[in-house]
Amino acid sequence: MSASSDVLTGAAEANGGAMGLQKNLEGYVGFANLPNQVYRKSVKRGFEFTLMVVGESGLGKSTLINSLFLTDLYSPEYPGPSQRIKKTVQVEQSKVLIKEGGVHLLLTIVDTPGFGDAVDNSNCWQPVTDHIDSKFEDFLNAESRVNRRLMPDSRVHCCLYFIAPSGHGLKPLDIEFMKRLHEKVNIIPLIAKADTMTPEECQQFKKQIMKEIHEHKIKIYDFPETDDEEEMKMIRRIKDRLPLAVVGSNTIIEVNGKRVRGRQYPWGVAEVENGDHCDFTILRNMLIRTHMQDLKDVTNNVHYENYRSRKLAAVTYNGVDNNNSKNQLTKSPLAQMEEERREHVAKMKKMEQEMEQVFEMKVKEKLQKLKDSEVELQKRHEQMKKNLEAQYKELEEKRRQYEEEKSTWELQQRILEQQKLELSRTMEKGKKKKIF
Amino acid sequence: MASTEIARQAGEGVRAVPLAGHVGFDSMPDQLVNKSVNRGFCFNILCVGETGLGKSTLMDTLFNTKFEGEPTQHNQPGVTLKSNTYELQESNVRLKLTVVNTVGFGDQINKEDSYKSIVEFIDTQFEAYLQEELKIKRTLHSYHDTRIHACLYFIAPTGHSLKSLDLVTMKKLDSKVNIIPIIAKSDAISKSELAKFKIKITSELVSNGVQIYQFPTDDESVAEINSTMNSHLPFAVVGSTEEVKIGNKMVKARQYPWGTVQVENENHCDFVKLREMLIRVNMEDLREQTHTRHYELYRRCKLEEMGFKDTDPDSKPFSLQETYEAKRNEFMGELQKKEEEMRQMFVQRVKEKEAELKEAEKELHEKFDRLKKLHQDEKKKLEEKKKSLDDEVNTFKQKKTAAELLQNQAQQAGGSTTLKRDKERKN
Repeated sequence: MSASSDVLTGAAEANGGAMGLQKNLEGYVGFANLPNQVYRKSVKRGFEFTLMVVGESGLGKSTLINSLFLTDLYSPEYPGPSQRIKKTVQVEQSKVLIKEGGVHLLLTIVDTPGFGDAVDNSNCWQPVTDHIDSKFEDFLNAESRVNRRLMPDSRVHCCLYFIAPSGHGLKPLDIEFMKRLHEKVNIIPLIAKADTMTPEECQQFKKQIMKEIHEHKIKIYDFPETDDEEEMKMIRRIKDRLPLAVVGSNTIIEVNGKRVRGRQYPWGVAEVENGDHCDFTILRNMLIRTHMQDLKDVTNNVHYENYRSRKLAAVTYNGVDNNNSKNQLTKSPLAQMEEERREHVAKMKKMEQEMEQVFEMKVKEKLQKLKDSEVELQKRHEQMKKNLEAQYKELEEKRRQYEEEKSTWELQQRILEQQKLELSRTMEKGKKKKIF
Repeated sequence: MASTEIARQAGEGVRAVPLAGHVGFDSMPDQLVNKSVNRGFCFNILCVGETGLGKSTLMDTLFNTKFEGEPTQHNQPGVTLKSNTYELQESNVRLKLTVVNTVGFGDQINKEDSYKSIVEFIDTQFEAYLQEELKIKRTLHSYHDTRIHACLYFIAPTGHSLKSLDLVTMKKLDSKVNIIPIIAKSDAISKSELAKFKIKITSELVSNGVQIYQFPTDDESVAEINSTMNSHLPFAVVGSTEEVKIGNKMVKARQYPWGTVQVENENHCDFVKLREMLIRVNMEDLREQTHTRHYELYRRCKLEEMGFKDTDPDSKPFSLQETYEAKRNEFMGELQKKEEEMRQMFVQRVKEKEAELKEAEKELHEKFDRLKKLHQDEKKKLEEKKKSLDDEVNTFKQKKTAAELLQNQAQQAGGSTTLKRDKERKN
């Protein structure tokens, strides 16, 4: 055999580096064992599931639960909710641990006794939504702690909504309840006590209900797409029979030598697990055997995330300007604060720059003024000096003139004096002559 | 039946009820597994070791394929990390495998900072996950996890002991990642030396307090094999992608003149043990440990750094909202304080500058006052000089006029005398 060569599939060549290169392996590596490892760990951890049942009293909710889980969840020691008289709508939890095939399941059933039983049923859904929200809140807080432990998942994973078999359509209460809860929990609507309707009536009723559900844009639990053709066929069959019409029973009756759960009537036995009689088997298979995990995943990835993002958006943008584009919601509150901090730094920088500018300008102004006044004063000083010098010159001139005049005159005087002297001398001489 | 974590957590007050038939929830693990298989798995390995210890070859051998990459030279200036992601498939299981290699580890003269880039890389992956987890709108279920699940630390086959670089690096990494130390190129060590080497390494690790990854022994189905393997740590491995014909089979081996080292022969090296432990038995546990232990530790430290607490001073637990609001108020307060400080600073500067300018103005005026005074003094002097000149001129003028007057008188007298004489002469 030649040395191993890598076989790059066409897809990989198209995808290139970012997706990772597709490699075909020669020889057994062993990570195909990973699913087994996951299996092992999940069994060791155990499973939990919370199921909520909602409906008016007397619709057979407790009986159905007992039938689904083949146990006496509600028994004489633990009476079901309908046996307790309620004035207002309550929300009650019962937890049981059930084991099967090495798998442990912590099952929580949430009852809503009193729902729809009052004369005025306005807001009877409020305790229900409050309960669901409080479970989300608990999970959110647990998830957000600094020290986190293994978080128990007590969120409501599924809500079975019981519709009374009136044969006509949904009651206003039904519509209102489902509209309020379809974005908080997976709703599976059921037609209770289906053994009061003939198959044709049931068919009609189902069609009517689905029509109304679509009209009111209620989002009931939807089965996920799979690649498996077989599975898709099965899912489509189930979808055609929605909402499921169920019958529950705690009693075992013998029919044709078989022991089955059913309801004994004078005209026959309505068998719970008979697919021709009701959709119980479909419900059980779907709820427990095939889609339990998906119900939990949808609760975690969709309903819980909705709750969380709404909660955190309120906290983050509390007091912050609200022209958020959709993009902003991808940030965590901390990232939002970081962003605001950066914006603030930029703002401060700008403010600083502006203040600097103003400062510089004012300083320049003042300095200019100072300079101007200095120049002014200097000029004046020069002026005065020149003035003084001019006057000095003038004085000099005057003095010079005076000196000149003085000396000229003095010279004249001296000449005159000289003349006078000479004259007097000559006169003296003449006088002397005359005398002789 | 052993009790499960969930059962333990539920505690007292939860009754166990018997089932009257087959309900069907025992398919839950299968449902879970199916979903995981559909989603695909991901695993990230970090290989730390000096250049030339056969890291890339070992990866190729482990996963039976040729990964990319050129052998690196020894002249790298620092330690960098190169990561490559591959999509592998085995039967129906898809694995997104990321192999991260340290390039240039141990090649520098000063290796004090070698571990830093590795720690940084690991922290960066944690940070990315943390950021995603903290986002408001997040998509954790489809997030490509890049956190390192296993760190294979390659020890050079000196046969003596661990190098100090090894101890330092492993000590820095043991709280951040699952460390699996392996002796590389172990075909250079003889069997007896190997036993001593392993003992030495283990004791050095223990005495230095390095926490290496222990294969878990709490799950009874794998406890036995895991505890056996734990005693064989560190694994001495040989890697090879070349095949040699032994008997009538082609096996992965290294051919020497004195014999052939078969990679998958358990007498020759621990390769099979490593593959068994790392991939076939404990891959999921490695991922879980990374998420629940190492990542949580990182997250806890990071949040505490940022000032988050679980309880307020009165030991009442904070709700998420309270925590964030408190943080936010603190943050806003900080920003405002900064703004105030800056303003104050400016006010101060303005004041100072004004004082300065005033000083300058005062000096200027003083200067000119002095000049003015000088000037006035000069003027006074000038005035005095002028006055004295004027006085002189006046005196002179007076003298002049007096003299002239005298002269005129004299002339007149002389004139009259001359006249008299003339008159006398005539007579």
